[in-house]
Amino acid sequence: MIELENVAYSYGGGELLTDLSLTVPPGSFHFLTGPSGSGKTTFLKLCYGALQATAGHVRLFDRDVRSLGRDDIALLRRRVGVVHQDCQFLDHLPVTENVALPLAVSGQDSGGTDANLKELLAWVGLTARADALPPELSGGERQRAALARAVIMSPDVILADEPTGNIDWEMSQRLLKLLVELNRMGKTVLVATHDLSLIRAAKAQVQTRVLRISNRRLQTAGADL
Amino acid sequence: MKLGLGAGAQMLRFDEKADRVVPPTGFTARLTLFSAFAMAFLAVFALALSLAAGRVAERWGDELAQSSTVRISAPAGEVARQTEAALRVLRTTPGIVDARALTDEEQRALLTPWFGADLPVEDLPLPQLIDIEETPEGYDAAGLRLRLAAEAPAAVLDDHARWRKPLTRAASRMRWLGWAAILLIGAATASMVTLAANASLAANAQVIAVLRLVGATDAYIASAFVRRFALRALGGAAGGTLIGVGALFLVPSGGDDTGFLTDLSIQGWGWLWVLLIPPVFGLVAFFATRFAAKRVLEELA
Ligand SMILES: Nc1ncnc2c1ncn2[C@@H]1O[C@H](COP(=O)(O)OP(=O)(O)OP(=O)(O)O)[C@@H](O)[C@H]1O
Ligand SMILES: [Mg+2]
Repeated sequence: MIELENVAYSYGGGELLTDLSLTVPPGSFHFLTGPSGSGKTTFLKLCYGALQATAGHVRLFDRDVRSLGRDDIALLRRRVGVVHQDCQFLDHLPVTENVALPLAVSGQDSGGTDANLKELLAWVGLTARADALPPELSGGERQRAALARAVIMSPDVILADEPTGNIDWEMSQRLLKLLVELNRMGKTVLVATHDLSLIRAAKAQVQTRVLRISNRRLQTAGADL
Repeated sequence: MKLGLGAGAQMLRFDEKADRVVPPTGFTARLTLFSAFAMAFLAVFALALSLAAGRVAERWGDELAQSSTVRISAPAGEVARQTEAALRVLRTTPGIVDARALTDEEQRALLTPWFGADLPVEDLPLPQLIDIEETPEGYDAAGLRLRLAAEAPAAVLDDHARWRKPLTRAASRMRWLGWAAILLIGAATASMVTLAANASLAANAQVIAVLRLVGATDAYIASAFVRRFALRALGGAAGGTLIGVGALFLVPSGGDDTGFLTDLSIQGWGWLWVLLIPPVFGLVAFFATRFAAKRVLEELA
């Protein structure tokens, strides 16, 4: 599903990531940890084609990301749901429309999806806030809205960047449950987080593999978690 | 980014959702609306000026082509000799293509409307007429008069309409000035819309980033902007055209032959040109915005 082969990345200065190789098989559940600033967000951006590796190859759905034009990347993003660390929304549109945005931009926004949309909002517990504007949401509400937007196209892959960064324990458990549910439905999930308790909680529910970025390299974390 | 008909079709498909993804931006909207309005208003006048100048140039030009004659009023025995002399002078005058004495039949035809068909022209002391056909540049009337006075004293040069010649030239130049003004107005509109679209695109860099994150193609993003600007320009231009035409009706008409300042009306096929103003402005804005969007999206990539 996602393959990295000797990937390196640098923002211009020294290399931030070096010699990463990884295969994310379909239906797997991965965590990615590492200290703040170690390059987790950068790694995810490499995976969904927002950044191009400075060396090596990134393959998404068996296509080399480097060979894709902007339109191809746009089409790929419809198959990859991303929960961004900073939850980017269109601040002038209410939550419902933000959540439905991937449908709108891919020209699938027509009758029938309304029921789906309501269901999805209920699933992330945002029914009451459906008409609020994103700036009016709490951090946790934003992250749930971001998750809803990430899955509305029912993508094959879900990449989540610190999805529980802003929320309390109880809410992060709910969010984790949503991700586990998606994984049980066959979706490939990759979550970047430095919340170790979240990883422990996940391990109790689903088989996961934990990766750690340390010293610019990718390691598989041991059983110490 | 797909260019051409596809984008046009996408624009025409009324897609309210796609419009909403770009936040309504106050000042670029007003700028586009206002410039399209003002420019369309000016375009109406430039068009009216051009059409009126064209009409004047054509009408006066036709009259001018047969504007001068020479009349020989001499005692019966002298006429033939003086006509010969006058023709010799005329044919050697620079600026005259041809000079030809009218036949009796032609003279009779000229008089028929006044005196009836059986006028015995031969028996009347009628002057002999000579038709002058001149080059577009014309001849030197004062010089010709002097030479005629010397060679054929009975010849009188009648060039009553020649004073209009410089005016006709001015009118025909005015017509091209009118079209040049319309072109400039179009170019100015295109640059203003490009400017406004650039400002709007730059102000919405964040929106564009979010749209890209959720899988929007360049064509989709561009069309959201293009549609908006084209519709604004269309609306503004429609308003400007309407007001411009209204103002034209306020210019009093001086009747048929008073000249062209009082003839600044739109007539006949001219209305077709006027009706074209708003859609042409819409198209200009369409392409200007597409051009701007393509560039900005390339830069933001
Ligand atoms: N656009 C950029 N240009 C230059 N440097 C950048 C850019 N984005 C990130 N960086 C730098 O790259 C490093 C890794 O950033 P990244 O966001 O990937 O870290 P992270 O592991 O996600 O951190 P956190 O846990 O705080 O989210 C940081 O030092 C950051 O300052
Ligand atoms: Mg990060």
